[in-house]
Amino acid sequence: MAQYLALTYTADVDWWAPEQAEELAEYRKFGVEYAEQVKASAVLHPTATATVVRVEGARGGPVITTDGPYAETKEALTGYYLIEADDLEAAVKIAAEIPAAWGGAVEVRPVIVAR
Amino acid sequence: MSQRATLNERYVAVADTIRIEGTRILATLIRTVGDVQLAEDAVQEAALAALGAWPVTGVPPEPRAWLTVTARRKAIDIIRRERARAGKERAGAELQDLTRRHPDGSLEALDPDGALDPDEVVQDDLLRLIFTCCHPSLSPPTRVALALRTLCGLSPAQIAAVLLTTEVATTKRLVRARQKIAAARIPYRVPAEDELPDRLPAVCAVIHSLYTAGHAPSEGEAAYDVDVCAEAIRLAELLHTLLPDQPTPTAVLSLLLLTEARRPARVDDAGDVVTLDLQDRSRWDQSLITRGVALLNESLERSNRQADAYQLQAAIAAEHARVPSYTATDWREIVRLYDLLLEVSPSPAAELARVVAIAETGQVDAALKLLDGIPQSSRRHAIRGELLARQSRYSEAVDELDEALATAAAAHPERAHRARRRDRFQQLAAEQPAPARPARQPRAAGD
Repeated sequence: MAQYLALTYTADVDWWAPEQAEELAEYRKFGVEYAEQVKASAVLHPTATATVVRVEGARGGPVITTDGPYAETKEALTGYYLIEADDLEAAVKIAAEIPAAWGGAVEVRPVIVAR
Repeated sequence: MSQRATLNERYVAVADTIRIEGTRILATLIRTVGDVQLAEDAVQEAALAALGAWPVTGVPPEPRAWLTVTARRKAIDIIRRERARAGKERAGAELQDLTRRHPDGSLEALDPDGALDPDEVVQDDLLRLIFTCCHPSLSPPTRVALALRTLCGLSPAQIAAVLLTTEVATTKRLVRARQKIAAARIPYRVPAEDELPDRLPAVCAVIHSLYTAGHAPSEGEAAYDVDVCAEAIRLAELLHTLLPDQPTPTAVLSLLLLTEARRPARVDDAGDVVTLDLQDRSRWDQSLITRGVALLNESLERSNRQADAYQLQAAIAAEHARVPSYTATDWREIVRLYDLLLEVSPSPAAELARVVAIAETGQVDAALKLLDGIPQSSRRHAIRGELLARQSRYSEAVDELDEALATAAAAHPERAHRARRRDRFQQLAAEQPAPARPARQPRAAGD
């Protein structure tokens, strides 16, 4: 078994807003249907709430925080699912069921597993 | 000196045998060791051993067996070397890698001196290799590079020459591809029957673009020593042999053979491209045409949906091949086929070809009007020049040809042809009675 992180890229919306309830329910349905393969998941607050952290120089250096995001983009990282699957084709099949796949895009990345 | 030359000749013959056998061996070895890079390294080392020995000792009676056994031994050597380097903790995992599950479910040990795999196993492995190289999760240029590397056995330097890029870039691309196949676990398997219609177009596109890369190097000279067209046809034959019931691979093979049939007439003795209207059709390869047409019919019979882009392009090539001369061409039929082609696969190249066909039916005015809606390109200028000349608008034709020459690459294959046409139109313009340059107006007489 391999693990894949499926990152959802969609419109940068506030998922708590009442008008998102219907769409959010679609995501929950996916989560229930694939409960066995989904090992972890999260929905993120909009990018306007993001803080970018950098340490200048080396560890222990001054902490610089900036307001995110860098630029207005049409699609933003809005959540993720940690998926367990046999191989990439199996992972892609599952990722294609995440509502973001048709509302935006899902990036599937293999997770490094210590041998 | 002469001894050296014969050794060289033998070397080349041996290298070709190894390259082609190498693909079969690689395909099986990837499955047994479960790692593309390792299998490639092992086959490479076996090939080097053969290249060192065979030109001197002669090719052994069973070259395939010799290479297979040697490659398996090399694979085990590499695994041992890596195990020693990586330390104890990986030893267990690597040992397990020595045995892999057979397609029928049985466990197969990597026995270096074991019997040769039966043909049907190798054929399955070849299909696995083809579908892995052309996996949809790899970018199209990566698929082409991988195919040239693993299916044709070309070196990164040769691939770079074919794809008009650098050896460094090609090597990087191949390394990244192998990393992705391993890390993302792109499976080494043949898609299920019902997945084939989705997966075959990518495979066919790789083979077709290989042929195109060899047939019309759009920029730069064809400076490589490999016949990429022959390689593409070999792959098309292989895919058709492995999946004889699938209409798309059959259509691709048909298209390549019908195009290849014209190859002897496509370039003149000076190395310049000869356009279709001027080609000596007696030099077209009739046996390739016969086979291409038969394959096209077979493909059309097997497909129960709308004709695909390969079938339509093959049909266009077959239509040209069917008639004895350019003037005997059934241009209405060609236009009809291009209409269908543009429906399933729109492209500026097909649009331009359709415009030429429309002009050949006699509708030059309509063709000129259609040209306005097609994006600017060197080829568009050249076609426009030819059409204007048909209407005796020679000065304008010269301008278009100038533009075509100015916007094409320095080594464009049709450069010499276009320069000749330009000079011809220039001469005709000079012979024209004044006013030498009429304003654009509808011509009185029909075409």
